[in-house]
Amino acid sequence: MTQEQIKSAIIEQILEIAPDIDEADIIPDKNIQRSLEIDSFDFLKILMNLSEILGVEVPESDYAKVDTVDHMCAYFMEHR
Amino acid sequence: MSQFVMPSLGADMESAILMEWHVKEGDHVTKGQVIAEVETNKGVIEIEVFEEGFVEKILVKEETECSVGTPLAIIRTEGEKPITKEAPQSERIKVSPAARKKAKEMGIELSSLAEGTGEIHLSQIETTSKPLSNTSQPSGMRQAIARAMSRSNAEIPHYYLTTSINMTPALHWLEALNATRGIKERILPAALLIRAVVLALKTVPELNGFWENDAPNISPAINPAIAIALHKEGLITPALLNADSMGLDETMHQLDDLITRTRAGKLRNTEITQQTITITNLGDLGVESVFGVIYPPQIALVGLGRIMDAPWAEGDALCVRKVMKATLAGDHRATDGRTGAKFLEKLNDLLQHPQELL
Repeated sequence: MTQEQIKSAIIEQILEIAPDIDEADIIPDKNIQRSLEIDSFDFLKILMNLSEILGVEVPESDYAKVDTVDHMCAYFMEHR
Repeated sequence: MSQFVMPSLGADMESAILMEWHVKEGDHVTKGQVIAEVETNKGVIEIEVFEEGFVEKILVKEETECSVGTPLAIIRTEGEKPITKEAPQSERIKVSPAARKKAKEMGIELSSLAEGTGEIHLSQIETTSKPLSNTSQPSGMRQAIARAMSRSNAEIPHYYLTTSINMTPALHWLEALNATRGIKERILPAALLIRAVVLALKTVPELNGFWENDAPNISPAINPAIAIALHKEGLITPALLNADSMGLDETMHQLDDLITRTRAGKLRNTEITQQTITITNLGDLGVESVFGVIYPPQIALVGLGRIMDAPWAEGDALCVRKVMKATLAGDHRATDGRTGAKFLEKLNDLLQHPQELL
């Protein structure tokens, strides 16, 4: 998968888990949880879905590295 | 024969719309089976039947608004003979979904239009509607919250107690546990906290129950209401039923299921009527402490703030620890501060020995 494809997979999963979010409100360099009011349950679900799509499970100790869409994308590029 | 009536789904509910039947006349039903869906100001709720038997007659058509207590169906228990004569029809108003939506937007009372025919169509609403003032009509959910919270503040003499809890031991323990598990089996701190509150309530049951007929009524089951924010607007506090019988993994699993169903509008009537205490965790919003308003007839609410890095004295050294402020709102008619303090002390104690929470 290219970086663009990973990025759109991330955005797709955010919208899947929190369907009332407007895609235009997803700003790639903003904290996902805080800017979109996504709680820890939804965040875990997004990571769960992405682990199935991309085959990468993010350990809890790496959560700080996946706080924004951009960071998450870079993380998956590095670990796939 | 018995009547299956529109249940009261909370003290603030006057009526609801019977949206869909899951059974038809002649069907066999068992205790606890979901037989219909109703739309309330809390969303769509699945309602269960509390006896075994056969659906003798359905009295109310789908998409009908019925007040609480309206007979919806007749249930014949095993062994009884089927009835032959027509069952009494309840008064009801037939409204098309489009008309109902419009009426809500315009703030029109439906019963005022239904006189005579008992039916309302969209065209009637449109011809009746007058321009409204600038004040917008609050949503049904907002109105329900407004009623319950006004009643609470008027009737319940609240007292508040707060304690700071060192969460470092519990979080370290959880991190170590999750590191050995796949992503699907991970436990979130929210589940650990609910488990700790439930266990603490087992030691201090006086906070788990209701204030009814001028006396406290302690509930043997612990059904904590979990405050769940909806993505769009508002808040629902459905019960995690019988949480006292769940271990930590089961608490996480059931909590996940409850949140998913709450947001999808798929709750059951028992879940929105049998709450015995409320737990609100505004931690995700980043506030330090929550002084909640008790939901009547409950007698306590546990407010959990954000877990944050804070200075902490250990022995004679000052260090930085993960600290959470837990606040108990108690109904002073039912309990005194001493009971509340005992509860917070137990909660703190459990979180210092998290392995006991498994």
